[in-house]
Amino acid sequence: MSPPSITDLDELGLDQGGHLLLHRAVSRAAPGQVVEVRGRAPQLRVHLAAWCRSEGHEVEMAEGPGPVAGWIRPGPATGARWHGAERSGPELAERAPTRWGLAARGATVEAGGVEFPFPLNDRAAVWTDAAPAIYRQAAAAQWDPATAVDWNAPVELDDDVEAAIVQVMTYLVENENAALAVPARFLGRIHPHFREVVAVLAVQVADEARHVEVFTRRAELGGRPLGLSTVGGQASLLTLLEEPDFAVAHFLLSVLGEGTFLHLLSFLERHAPDPVTARVCHLALADEARHVAFGMAHLAAVLEADPGLRPRLAAAIHQRHDALAQTAGLNREVFDALVVLAAGSWAPAALGDGFRRVQELSVEMDEGRRRRLVKLGYHPEEAAALSSLHTRNFM
Amino acid sequence: METLLMGAVAYDAKVVTIWDGFKQWFSANGLAFDYVLYSNYERQVEALLDGHVHVAWNSPLAWARAHRMAEARGIEVAAVAMRDTDCDLTSVVVVNAASGIEDLAGLAGRRVAVGAVDSPQATLIPLSYLRSEGLEPGQDFDLVHHQVGVGKHGDHIGGERDAARALVAGTVDAACMIDSNHLLFSAEGTLPPGSTRIIAQTPPYDHCNFTAAATAPAALLEHFRSLLLGMSYDDPEVRPLLDLEGLKAWRDGRVTGYAQLEAAVDESGFYDQEGHVAAVDYRP
Ligand SMILES: [Fe+2]
Ligand SMILES: [Fe+2]
Repeated sequence: MSPPSITDLDELGLDQGGHLLLHRAVSRAAPGQVVEVRGRAPQLRVHLAAWCRSEGHEVEMAEGPGPVAGWIRPGPATGARWHGAERSGPELAERAPTRWGLAARGATVEAGGVEFPFPLNDRAAVWTDAAPAIYRQAAAAQWDPATAVDWNAPVELDDDVEAAIVQVMTYLVENENAALAVPARFLGRIHPHFREVVAVLAVQVADEARHVEVFTRRAELGGRPLGLSTVGGQASLLTLLEEPDFAVAHFLLSVLGEGTFLHLLSFLERHAPDPVTARVCHLALADEARHVAFGMAHLAAVLEADPGLRPRLAAAIHQRHDALAQTAGLNREVFDALVVLAAGSWAPAALGDGFRRVQELSVEMDEGRRRRLVKLGYHPEEAAALSSLHTRNFM
Repeated sequence: METLLMGAVAYDAKVVTIWDGFKQWFSANGLAFDYVLYSNYERQVEALLDGHVHVAWNSPLAWARAHRMAEARGIEVAAVAMRDTDCDLTSVVVVNAASGIEDLAGLAGRRVAVGAVDSPQATLIPLSYLRSEGLEPGQDFDLVHHQVGVGKHGDHIGGERDAARALVAGTVDAACMIDSNHLLFSAEGTLPPGSTRIIAQTPPYDHCNFTAAATAPAALLEHFRSLLLGMSYDDPEVRPLLDLEGLKAWRDGRVTGYAQLEAAVDESGFYDQEGHVAAVDYRP
């Protein structure tokens, strides 16, 4: 049997933080070892007995005056709270138990906690090794809409061209709203253990919020009301929002939709008739490239773990196409506005050029989609067929 | 299947959480158990003696009444189990450190704050102790009650906290409270640390117990007792329940720690020998 360990509280009372010293002494005591408590705080003995009772320790009080207040015999509940506790890392778990809840990855988690509603908790379903680096890039590349765009740059366009810009911006905002809502829907369902994935999506949501802002501001710059929103366009976006499967939703949104948008934004930057339009499209394009890169990395990782997902993703494209077969897809107003924007004027020859450029754009978009599908392991022929089924609304 | 029925007093909303949790845990461990909540201990004790419930989670004062009523009716009640934290409590008499009151004699002619009229720890036991030291409440000193949760036998901590606040405010010269509440009030700042002095401490006494009526089905009662005593703080399923109810382990019931309270009840005439409520100023 070890001799008693001695804890001297000096003048510190148990009502003044002295309990820390007792806790430490008790938790460090060897099995069966007694803790001798010394101290001069006037109420130490009363408080020591009360403290030991509430902590489940036996205590023998010292008789008479003297430096020793009593002897604690630590009770069986000492340290019991941490029996059965689990380390939640630091390495990634194949499946993060929902009972780990919101604990920091690597924390020791007390047993018996409540289950948290984080259904996306399989590493194979959510993780990509690219996530930490993409998050670092995303965090470093944040820009401030107030200063990143020169909102005072001259924007004096022909009325009809300005109207086309407003229509395109109206369409972009609608699509950015969808691009914000889709990751936001999954954010709260992904287990926080995979924090880098959560962080990438969180920043992505913030990116989309900025895109909504700058496209809205550009639309309002000329003092015109916002443009048109169509049933067909919204129906296409609703199918994205309603997709319940994370991998499928991420595939449809980021690989196909945002992938297609890369070409659109780059087209708009190239042909923008004013510096503000060019600038906001440029800024959004840089963010979107990152969203697409993350989508590609995530899908590649998921497909590697589960090749059976490949036909399911293809089926999702078919399904979405069928669901949208009766709708108009890209509204004519948006298509025409793109032509006018690329033309720069309503002169017949210019309109002809604009029309040709929009045709070239859709060829470029198709090539881009096919390239990404092939990269994800689809046969080129299947990739071509799937790309042709992609929504005419682009996103 | 027969169900063991327990009474408990709803002194706080958490009582529902506690006994729902116990009910689930008992059920998972093969004991059919249910509970009935009462707004005060007097009604609960009467229900126990009338056979409406098999067992009651009783305050020490409720135990004092239950066994008096049982004896008067020629039946038996027994203390089945209690918390580790129900054993060997003390109450203290606290004054302001700067008051110049050094001992109990200094309380003569002063105002002494106590809890609710039915609080064993903040009223009945400390007043009995002062009586044993030659100070008759209301005669040798003025009594200032803090009537919070009357009928709940002092389970509500509010009366003791109000007494402590009155001491700090200087409207009373001394306050009575349980030892652990002196520690709590000092640590939380209700009593500024170092501002008070303890001038008296009662001998140790016991607090709550599960009181079983003789009519309780013996097998169910034994199952209940053995499940309670088997609850381990090591068990993560059980630990939250024990934390809520404020214990680390259940112990066998004992009735050796109630002598001070019994004396206090007799001296103050709180209950008569048959367990009738005799205190005139008590409205549970
Ligand atoms: Fe965007
Ligand atoms: Fe995006």
